[in-house]
Amino acid sequence: MKNRFNRYAWPYALWTVVIIVLPLVVIFVFSFSKNGSFSLEGYGLFFTPLYLKVLLKSLELALKATAICLIVGYPIALLISREEGTRKSTLMLLLMLPMWINFLLKTYAWRPILGNTGLLNSFLEMIGLDKVQFLYTEGAVLLGMVYNFIPFMILPILSVLDKMDHKLIEAAHDLGADDRTVFLKVVLPLSLPGIISGISLVFMPSVSTFIIPIILGGGQDMMIGNLIERQFLKVGNWNFGSSISVILMLVILSAMIILSLFDREKRGER
Amino acid sequence: MKKRKLPHWLILLLLIFLYMPILVLITYSFNEGRTGAEWTGFTFKWYAELFRDRNILKAMGYTILIAFIASTVSTVVGTISAWGIKYMGRRTSGILLSINDLPLLNPDLVTAISLMSLYIFLKMTFGFMTLLLSHIMFSIPYVIITVLPVLRRISRHQMEAALDLGAKPVVGLFKIILPQLKQSIISGWLIAFTMSVDDFVISFFTTGSGVSNISIAVFSMARRGINPKINALSSLMFAVVIALLLIINKNRKTRKEDLAIEENILLH
Repeated sequence: MKNRFNRYAWPYALWTVVIIVLPLVVIFVFSFSKNGSFSLEGYGLFFTPLYLKVLLKSLELALKATAICLIVGYPIALLISREEGTRKSTLMLLLMLPMWINFLLKTYAWRPILGNTGLLNSFLEMIGLDKVQFLYTEGAVLLGMVYNFIPFMILPILSVLDKMDHKLIEAAHDLGADDRTVFLKVVLPLSLPGIISGISLVFMPSVSTFIIPIILGGGQDMMIGNLIERQFLKVGNWNFGSSISVILMLVILSAMIILSLFDREKRGER
Repeated sequence: MKKRKLPHWLILLLLIFLYMPILVLITYSFNEGRTGAEWTGFTFKWYAELFRDRNILKAMGYTILIAFIASTVSTVVGTISAWGIKYMGRRTSGILLSINDLPLLNPDLVTAISLMSLYIFLKMTFGFMTLLLSHIMFSIPYVIITVLPVLRRISRHQMEAALDLGAKPVVGLFKIILPQLKQSIISGWLIAFTMSVDDFVISFFTTGSGVSNISIAVFSMARRGINPKINALSSLMFAVVIALLLIINKNRKTRKEDLAIEENILLH
């Protein structure tokens, strides 16, 4: 019986090899070649100060965005987890709704607010202050990342907090622990899996974004995603583009590995 | 503990932060003036101009056509494959599902350039076909992870019983299995449709020769600066997304499906 129907999945298995696995192999091969022969030129080019600076800037912005999302998102997740009934489900729905709205439009929506003649600057003028350049700054890019990705931090933490056994918290209280101790010794360690998946869900799209720097950052080569986009779509140097992509994938992979190590270490402690 | 009337101020602040830009955009879509924050009067003219813009209308057409074909093909292929995966050994299905998760876990940009590299490698011409293939590629995983959990709850004995009683496999499939899967198949189709309509990054990299979808049209306008037509278009798209979500919500029956859909969103 077992083998009778599994053949229906084999066409899809073949399809995934061609369209999911093979393309990743192609990028890898492209990244090590030039004019059809083996070459490390793409990587050599990347490891020059000009491009390394972009890599560091991407890491810096993504890490900042992740940190802000965590610092703001955790208390909010905690507060929502303490809500009950319809109000809680409404809050969760309100949190999830923006995730369904087109990313591009959500990012674009900040332009009428941040622009030179935008809402914020009109407000500053009204109260007699000088105009400030908000749009086309790193701050605007950071804002765009936090705005787009903060639900990805809150929801996993919230789902872990919701599954937490309340008897543990009660037991800690009964044994004489104050609120602070209960939070630091019970709630925070138990919510670590949520924090870790939140971090990866914010860091990954932040470090690889190319839309936010274009729409809110103005600069052409601000982040690694912009470099990749330019090499593939404007310059047409697929080999160099592939090399940068492999580096981006390695950055993401190492971030995942570091996070999983941290997770395991914490688990081991308990 | 006393029950507060309003949620905590921090939550309210977050909600204002999340919704303010969207509300501002919708408000501006009815603003007479072209630029600036000033409110100069109510108008529908940007909506009228939007529907006179040939490029945007064409992009809308492509968006709906691609989303319809991609979500339908993905639903059929995804459902049949999920059926096969149910009967696969644990190890084989584990490997296949991990590969299936790759497009959901990888950043859009990586999926986009990997597809672009594939099409370059296969010397394909960029255009409608490459765009459609890409959309089918990223839609099937959503259908599979929506349908498979429900399918796994259906006992294997049901189909065996049908076969023992002399039904052909096709009859068993249509009379026994599909009716139980109906809700999740519809959800899967709607999710695939929404994802396809919503996609920008993958489309941007895998299209060519004058074929573009709404997101690409918005992007090329947004790149050039503020354009009130984008505000109008955005407001319309918000309305469509909310309508689609209401339909999906209406379709959700069991808690498990809820969770599966939540996971889909998180993973994307």
